[in-house]
Amino acid sequence: MNALRIVLAQLAQRPLQTVLAVVLLALGVATLTFVVLVQGQLSKQLARDAQGIDLVVGAKGSPLQLILSALYHVDVPTGNVPLAAMDQLRRNRLVAQVIPVSLGDNYRGFRIVGTEPALIEHYGARLAGGALWTAPMQSVIGSEVARVTQLAVGGTLAGTHGLAQGGAVHEEARYEVVGVLAPTGTVLDRLVLTDKASVWRVHEGDPADDAERRVLEEEREVTALLVRYASPMAAAIVPRQVNAESRLMAASPANELARLFAVMGVGIDTMRVFGSVLVASSLLALFVTLYNALEERRYDIAIMRLLGASRARVAILLMIESWLLALVALLAGLALGLAAVAIVGNWLAQSRAFVVSPGAFAPELLWIGIVAVAAATLAAALPAWRASRMDIAATLARG
Amino acid sequence: MLTVRSVAHRYGGRRVLVAPDLSLAAGEHCALVGPSGSGKSTLLNILAGILPPSAGDVALQGEPLYTAPARDDRWRARRIGVVPQRLHLLASLSARDNIRLAQYLAGTHADIREVDRLLAALGVEDRASARPGELSAGEQQRVAIARAIVNRPQVLLADEPTSSLDDANAQKAIDLLFEAARMAGALLVVATHDGRVRARFDRAVELLEPAGERARPLRSAHPERAA
Repeated sequence: MNALRIVLAQLAQRPLQTVLAVVLLALGVATLTFVVLVQGQLSKQLARDAQGIDLVVGAKGSPLQLILSALYHVDVPTGNVPLAAMDQLRRNRLVAQVIPVSLGDNYRGFRIVGTEPALIEHYGARLAGGALWTAPMQSVIGSEVARVTQLAVGGTLAGTHGLAQGGAVHEEARYEVVGVLAPTGTVLDRLVLTDKASVWRVHEGDPADDAERRVLEEEREVTALLVRYASPMAAAIVPRQVNAESRLMAASPANELARLFAVMGVGIDTMRVFGSVLVASSLLALFVTLYNALEERRYDIAIMRLLGASRARVAILLMIESWLLALVALLAGLALGLAAVAIVGNWLAQSRAFVVSPGAFAPELLWIGIVAVAAATLAAALPAWRASRMDIAATLARG
Repeated sequence: MLTVRSVAHRYGGRRVLVAPDLSLAAGEHCALVGPSGSGKSTLLNILAGILPPSAGDVALQGEPLYTAPARDDRWRARRIGVVPQRLHLLASLSARDNIRLAQYLAGTHADIREVDRLLAALGVEDRASARPGELSAGEQQRVAIARAIVNRPQVLLADEPTSSLDDANAQKAIDLLFEAARMAGALLVVATHDGRVRARFDRAVELLEPAGERARPLRSAHPERAA
């Protein structure tokens, strides 16, 4: 015989109320767990992928769309910019670095990005195997691409036209995999990187003669340019200079991210409030359950006092009951929340977008646990106090 | 062993008990008798250590039950076993666990063999795993008695143990209590208004309605042992 056995026996007497209180609390914890993990990981990834990029230059359109397509590779581009714009920006003394990004094809949903090795250096990625490309039609694949497609150094791949699966396959222009990147936790993990000239070669085909070749070369474009400023003053001047060009648009990742979070924030806040309301109502249900249990079990409590249980021990037994319910609900809610994160993570992985994993720890989860246990203590406080003040003789006489 | 001095009790301003001074010895069988409202259950609760009297003192082997030094609940539960009128077995626990609960809460050695020996001695060993709801009234009473004596108390108190029993079963219940008190080596005090069983006790203390007159020790079935 021990306190836990007594508490479990008491709980078994009221299975319906017990399960209801646990389910309510578990749902609240699950909702908060889901919001905390998904929001935390998405925020971190968005910030990490944009780190060090001061400006994105692309065709005129939606700035947010430009950021999402050129930086995060989750949206369609706004259009293309002439190659001359890249050269012009590189001559600008206020600009430290310009990294071109050319989109157009994908391999099994992973975007093929024509760029320069500077993009890999920017994210601090290192090769897990092979080497960087030295010629067009060579590619370096991200770790997630390698994991999903099982491609390795020496393998080949043919791009599919467009940014989603299901387009025409460029079988005539296969890429050779020359390098595989180690995991970076950035967008690079989900990209097939190649020289920007590869993208032109795949889409230009073989020119009929030199004249056509010259025309094609003059018309070459890239999708967007990732820009790093040389000085803080550039933030005030370079965007204005870019926007003055009729075909170009400058988008600041920091500003667009702030806008994105403002829009997403409404939904996230709604879910947070929903989860908190669920937790609050479940604790009210827990209080009602414990209070009703106290009424139903007043003779049991009186007899336990008669048998030697002190006031404190009776109160602690009720507290243990409340803590036990909170603990079970916490574990169930955590499991439910992690399962939901895993499902969403799987869905995002299939769409080759962000990586959301149930394995990522968030310190806020600790707070959810602490709040749940503290609230369970609060819910049990009044019933426990009443139980401890019970008049044994009067209660037994009534029974 | 158990002494009662000048005990009276008021409830809501109304006097509900005026008890005679008593001095009860170990092994003695004492019946508290009297009409309804005379305070039998009140006196029993006071003797059980769960109802501080409005006036007077109760002492167990010279140690006061209510005055300083204050006795903790375990001290009381180890020395005084109680069989309440409605038994109040915990419905969620088996017969065996109801008895083990008494050991656990009183802080005595939790020897399950002792519990099983007790169940066997009281004739309910085959019902040890049954919940109270699965036991007959007689079996429930035996389990409640086992619970009251499992800690080998010095005093065994029972409140109206025969109130809902026919003649034959009333006598059996009293036999059982005598046997339980003998096993525990305890003083037995039973509150009863049942005239059928009164004659079986060494000593009967009659309580009168406390309108004014003080209740008094009435008579003894064994005059040589009367107070």
